[in-house]
Amino acid sequence: MLILKDVSLSYQDGGKSVLDVLKNINLEVETGKFVSLIGPSGCGKSSICNLIAGVEVPAQGDIFLEGRSIKGVPGQVGYMPQKDLLLPWRTLLDNVALGSDIRREDKRQSREKARHWLDRFGLGKFAEHYPHQLSGGMRQRGALLRTFLFGQNTLILDEPFGALDALTRREMQEWLLNVWSQSRPTVVFITHDIEEAILLSDEVVVLSHSPARILDKIHVPFSRPREQDLLLSGGAINIKKHLLDLLNGKRNV
Amino acid sequence: MPFKSGRFQKKWRDSIPTIVFLVICLALWQIIVSYFKLPLWLIPSPIDVLKAFWNTRELLWAHTLTTLLETTAGFVLAIALGLAAGVAMVLSPLIKRLFYPLLIVSQTVPLIAVAPLLILWLGYGLLPKIVTVVLVCFFPIAVSLIEGLEVSDDDLLNLLKSMGATRWQILYMIRWPNALPSFFAGLKIAATYSVMGAVIGEWLGASSGLGVYLTRSSHSFRTDQVFAAIVAITILSLFYFVLIAGIRRLALPWLHTKED
Ligand SMILES: Nc1ncnc2c1ncn2[C@@H]1O[C@H](COP(=O)(O)OP(=O)(O)OP(=O)(O)O)[C@@H](O)[C@H]1O
Ligand SMILES: [Mg+2]
Repeated sequence: MLILKDVSLSYQDGGKSVLDVLKNINLEVETGKFVSLIGPSGCGKSSICNLIAGVEVPAQGDIFLEGRSIKGVPGQVGYMPQKDLLLPWRTLLDNVALGSDIRREDKRQSREKARHWLDRFGLGKFAEHYPHQLSGGMRQRGALLRTFLFGQNTLILDEPFGALDALTRREMQEWLLNVWSQSRPTVVFITHDIEEAILLSDEVVVLSHSPARILDKIHVPFSRPREQDLLLSGGAINIKKHLLDLLNGKRNV
Repeated sequence: MPFKSGRFQKKWRDSIPTIVFLVICLALWQIIVSYFKLPLWLIPSPIDVLKAFWNTRELLWAHTLTTLLETTAGFVLAIALGLAAGVAMVLSPLIKRLFYPLLIVSQTVPLIAVAPLLILWLGYGLLPKIVTVVLVCFFPIAVSLIEGLEVSDDDLLNLLKSMGATRWQILYMIRWPNALPSFFAGLKIAATYSVMGAVIGEWLGASSGLGVYLTRSSHSFRTDQVFAAIVAITILSLFYFVLIAGIRRLALPWLHTKED
């Protein structure tokens, strides 16, 4: 279980005014669940990710993973930041194996494992390519694989498909569902795309404008495995309408 | 490797205009000197320079070896010092705050003013020349390295931090490769200055080196030999420049695939 308890975060704006980004966020994510966060741009979604990843420390509140506080403790979750952020000086293979290098694991073994996964996801031919030689979709897949191979049971994915065209996006969503269903990690998934959230998640959490509060948590009841067609069903359309109303401020909770 | 040789050919083709232009300049120089019958001590023609170069080739080679030795020793030393300074300043903000301003200010002291002191303190041997080379080379190397190590994308740093990387790991996985392009740019600048540093050291007193050859030739009005020395210095500087460009290609494969 991943728990954010009463978490608040503010940034000092050039020393004088204080910018409240998060205000008393309470969130519980059951182990093995796929939870999406949606909310307007700039509301603080990436900030929540940074907090869970241990890169930033909340001004108030605490964060627990399986009962242990991970506030300000990096390395506990797999984190894929908003930008794909492959290291330009590493080949795709070496990028995917970055986590193993940081943990000082055996080089040969980690490369073998990374190559195996690249092969499985159709990137084997590009193992020795540098990021600038890859397409946007390939880079994104590489970054996702790196996050998976970091080997934690909790993954924080910050708009992993934000920069992709609709077609590649569909492909990547299926790919992600496929990978996820195999090992069932806990996933916190950030997106702007309501349909994407419905298709992928067990629960969708809607955030308000800055300072972010949780407006509503919506359970997505559809069974898995899911297909794209699901989005055309009446149940999905109802959820979509509900989410749109929340985001447009038409519905008060 | 047809791909590689194709690139090579293209490079040749691209440099043809430069070569043609150079040849035209030399020809013009030759024609003007012969047409106006300018005296040798005032300005020698390219052919005169070539002759002087060939006639004194053994002497020139001996002097060049001395300068080469000083330059290489100084250059390597400057790289070592630059690396130490760069890493120290990146790992410790305090060290940076203490020494970085000093480093910048030190550059406003003219080398010409310091060199005689070095002779005074260190004598007429190789050492003061090596030190002048270090003085000339250290600054561009250290500053380019420090700036390269400093920048680094905040998001990249956060990514590594989120994975639990140590400061040291961040240094060699992110900062160091990120610094390499700027570091090599600094090395190239330093390389072109380094020979000049050695020659200035030699001017002030030495028994061997291109600077010595230069002053002796100039004192005996052998202007053709002065030009021959200039050619030798240029070739030496170019040699360093090309060497570093070559190492850069090997050390930065990710940029090299981009440039191709
Ligand atoms: N390091 C920082 N210093 C000051 N303010 C910051 C910093 N990082 C983020 N902010 C501010 O915090 C707010 C939330 O930023 P955040 O990146 O979390 O938004 P987001 O919901 O991820 O937006 P988007 O959907 O556009 O990615 C923004 O108003 C932003 O300007
Ligand atoms: Mg964001």
